[in-house]
Amino acid sequence: MEKTVNHKAWFLVLPVLVLVAFSAVIPLMTVVNYSVQDTFGNNVFFWNGLGWFEDLLASERMWNALGRQLVFSGTILAIEIPLGVFVALNMPKRGAWASLVLVLMSLPLLIPWNVVGTIWQIFGRVDIGLLGYTLDSLGINYNYTQNPIHAWITVIVMDVWHWTSLVALLAYAGLQSIPDAYYQAAKIDQASRWKVFRYIELPKMAGVLMIAILLRFMDSFMIYTEPFVVTGGGPGNATTFLSIDLVKMALGQFDLGPAAAFSLMYFLVILLISWVFYTVMTNLDKRGG
Amino acid sequence: MAKITLDNLAHSYLPRPAGPDDYALKELNHDWEDGGAYALLGSSGCGKSTLLNIISGLLVPSQGRILFDGRDVTQALTAERNIAQVFQFPVVYDTMTVRDNLAFPLRNRGRPEAYVAERVAEIAAMIGMEHMLDRKARGLTADAKQKISLGRGMVRKDVNALLFDEPLTVIDPHMKWELRTQLKKLHHDFGHTMIYVTHDQTEALTFADKVVVMYDGRVVQIGTPQELFDRPEHTFVGYFIGSPGMNLLPAEVSGREARVPGGTMPLLHEYRGLSGRVQVGVRPEHVRLSAGHGLPVSIRRIEDVGRHRIIRADLMGHDLNIIAPEDQAIGADMTRAVFDPARVNVYADDWRVKAA
Amino acid sequence: MTLELHGVSRIVDGQEHIRPTDLRLERGTMNVLLGPTLSGKTSLMRLMAGLDRPSQGRITWDGRDVTGLRVQDRQVAMVYQQFVNYPSMTVFDNIASPLRLMGVARPEIDRRVRETAEMMKLTSMLTRRPLELSGGQQQRCALARALVKNAGLVLLDEPLANLDYKLREELRVEIPRIFEASGAIFVYATTEPEEALLLGGNTATVWEGRVTQFGPTPQVYRQPVDATTARVFSDPPMNFLPVVKSGGRIAFDQGQGASAGLAAGLPDGRYLAGFRPNHLAIRQPAPDAWRFDARLVVTELTGSETFVHLDHHGRRWVGLVHGVHDLPLGRVLPVWLEPRHVYIFGEDGRLVTPAAYAAAA
Repeated sequence: MEKTVNHKAWFLVLPVLVLVAFSAVIPLMTVVNYSVQDTFGNNVFFWNGLGWFEDLLASERMWNALGRQLVFSGTILAIEIPLGVFVALNMPKRGAWASLVLVLMSLPLLIPWNVVGTIWQIFGRVDIGLLGYTLDSLGINYNYTQNPIHAWITVIVMDVWHWTSLVALLAYAGLQSIPDAYYQAAKIDQASRWKVFRYIELPKMAGVLMIAILLRFMDSFMIYTEPFVVTGGGPGNATTFLSIDLVKMALGQFDLGPAAAFSLMYFLVILLISWVFYTVMTNLDKRGG
Repeated sequence: MAKITLDNLAHSYLPRPAGPDDYALKELNHDWEDGGAYALLGSSGCGKSTLLNIISGLLVPSQGRILFDGRDVTQALTAERNIAQVFQFPVVYDTMTVRDNLAFPLRNRGRPEAYVAERVAEIAAMIGMEHMLDRKARGLTADAKQKISLGRGMVRKDVNALLFDEPLTVIDPHMKWELRTQLKKLHHDFGHTMIYVTHDQTEALTFADKVVVMYDGRVVQIGTPQELFDRPEHTFVGYFIGSPGMNLLPAEVSGREARVPGGTMPLLHEYRGLSGRVQVGVRPEHVRLSAGHGLPVSIRRIEDVGRHRIIRADLMGHDLNIIAPEDQAIGADMTRAVFDPARVNVYADDWRVKAA
Repeated sequence: MTLELHGVSRIVDGQEHIRPTDLRLERGTMNVLLGPTLSGKTSLMRLMAGLDRPSQGRITWDGRDVTGLRVQDRQVAMVYQQFVNYPSMTVFDNIASPLRLMGVARPEIDRRVRETAEMMKLTSMLTRRPLELSGGQQQRCALARALVKNAGLVLLDEPLANLDYKLREELRVEIPRIFEASGAIFVYATTEPEEALLLGGNTATVWEGRVTQFGPTPQVYRQPVDATTARVFSDPPMNFLPVVKSGGRIAFDQGQGASAGLAAGLPDGRYLAGFRPNHLAIRQPAPDAWRFDARLVVTELTGSETFVHLDHHGRRWVGLVHGVHDLPLGRVLPVWLEPRHVYIFGEDGRLVTPAAYAAAA
């Protein structure tokens, strides 16, 4: 539908544009500025061109962090999407229980992210944490501060605990839109539960799932707070994901130039992947109709 | 194919129904003959969809039993009853091809592929979709999808009954014709028991051998289209069937004469001992305008429907509808209405009174 | 008040949804847009309302160009197929809502709402919410909300399509009554030819984005300008038969034929004969009637009439005969057609000779 042109709308948007300019566009320009310059710390800058970018692409540290990040994002997607869908399939559709379950599912999403990190940090401690203590008493030598594998598992379980609800709620919304007649027809056709899922529920949820995958991928690719609070990026480099690495570089070492270049590339990578997702989604939509 | 028996069947959606008003379906005893084409006709909320869902097993009745060929299936699951149902809007598996859609019920039952391929080819020919078998079901038109639904229902040879829940609702008037005649032809060629739920009298009357008219959860009359048209047992049947429905006038009936607003009119039979609210009913097709004798009417409006004309007249304050053939001239001097005495029915408290 | 469309067309994504159209709708007229689904009826109505801009052409209201005017600034009311009411407001508030938006005074609102509710037989429902009403009542509420504005242009997009058959009949009798009282320009979209005939007024037949004919309804019905209009304006579908005229004879398929009669004056050549189902007879109606031998495929009884489905040399025909007839299926039957009921169309579809009975009416 074409809306008839309404010029008054521009005036309403102007304040927001100004705000966004101040808080986002200008700082972005500053970052671009830093990324092509170098300094010896005495506030004298000289042109470095693409120097930082070249260094970055050659840096083993960056590629390692990227590798860890991709493994992390891939793993949590592989767990959260099916788990979320499974939970959604089993959530009650009607009645008093439905509202209660919806509220319970929303709770993890409401907790501030650093609190989530803190919860799990304490949870995993052998001396005062419920999980740590239980695992220890079962004889498992659980230590997320020293054992990289334990650290990974903790961070992944924490993310799953935190975000699966989002996938579940989105999938639930998608399921609600399926008319009863489809289930009735499936009963008449004697379709097994698996076939009902594959041929009725999954196709109808496809659009919603695409959104869920996109959101979870973007968020996990940028993840900082939760793993940082729990492991600080350790032990060693084990859980140093891209954003953690970036912050170390920018604020820890105060290497503004490389950090700025890193930020820009980070930004471009996310933009590219989101664009790919978006194109795939709208194509699916067009074909689907 | 099976004979379906309803035994003391009733249904209430409330957990503890108090009176008759709490029942969506009031007590019902009926046999559906094997191989018959039936229509369940009534307006929204009359209980026809409830009854259909009880027959298909999607709903368990709160009272009574339902039997297939003498076997009690009241508690049986839908899958065990071997019925097929076509819904109001097309239900197809979008991601599958037409072929896979038709094959679905057979594959779910584990039938061998050779048999499945044969049946699918047969059914596709029956519904006229042989050339579309390998297309994805997603992009097809509504009537094509309904045909697929129909085909999917018929692909099992042992299907007991085909149930239709207002299947032509989303179909364009132009395509309704094709689907209707196809259903009719399928019934004629293969003789499945078919039960068709609708609120559209044309669909019901053209499809069924016998029509079950429902009103307020009760079956009001079961009969052939002609019986329903000529001898409606209840004023609701008279009103619901026919476009426009039967004219009803308050009357005082004694012997062979009825006194209605505007005068008296002769009846074909004699009636005695009538009590309650008495009305005479006559269909607009059986009323004629004349210049001579008859009841005095004034014409409010004439509607030209192409193949005939509907004259909306007023008889002493009561609405009177008359259907006049296309060619008939309507002169200004035609201010009287004559009823065909052979087609007049007498009703007392809404139920038809038989002649003495 | 006159609404005119001058060369209005609409192109969406490179596809022509509406081909360049000229229409003139007069004050106080009921105008029916008749056509199958997706033929462009809704697109046309949206253009008239101002919800969409035409890709080309102008729309004028009483001579004034309103093409760029927003819908809020035009005097338009619209009723949809899905009963659209504000679910959280009472019926009274629903009907009052357009007046409140217009800033009408309270006592005036009260008076007009009650007047309109009375007209739509909703007076006893004013304190209820739409979801507590039946389908027919909800649609009446939507209609009331559209009428209370006293808008110059009232658009109804298949408003009765979601209602039961009988309810549709009843509301259909009321709509002309309401329309006569209002004096606005009514535009009513429908897929059913019978509805167009019952509503009267003018009809515009729409096919694939094009208005094929616009005029008084009985005229469009009886004197279609081309085969497409005849096809759109016929339910059951019109029957067609290719014929060849040579000299004083008209030949049908397989050797059958008849004398040319009224078509004698036409140049020799191929034509398309069309006739309506209710003019097909199973008993010879007149000595000069055309005779066909067709196979009976299936019959449908409606209690007072019989639909006869025939196969004439591969062509499917539908006949509507009076009375209940039990005919033998699968057999070849003679059927008759009076020449005065026949429309002759050229091979390009345009009407050459209208049916004689129609010209007389």
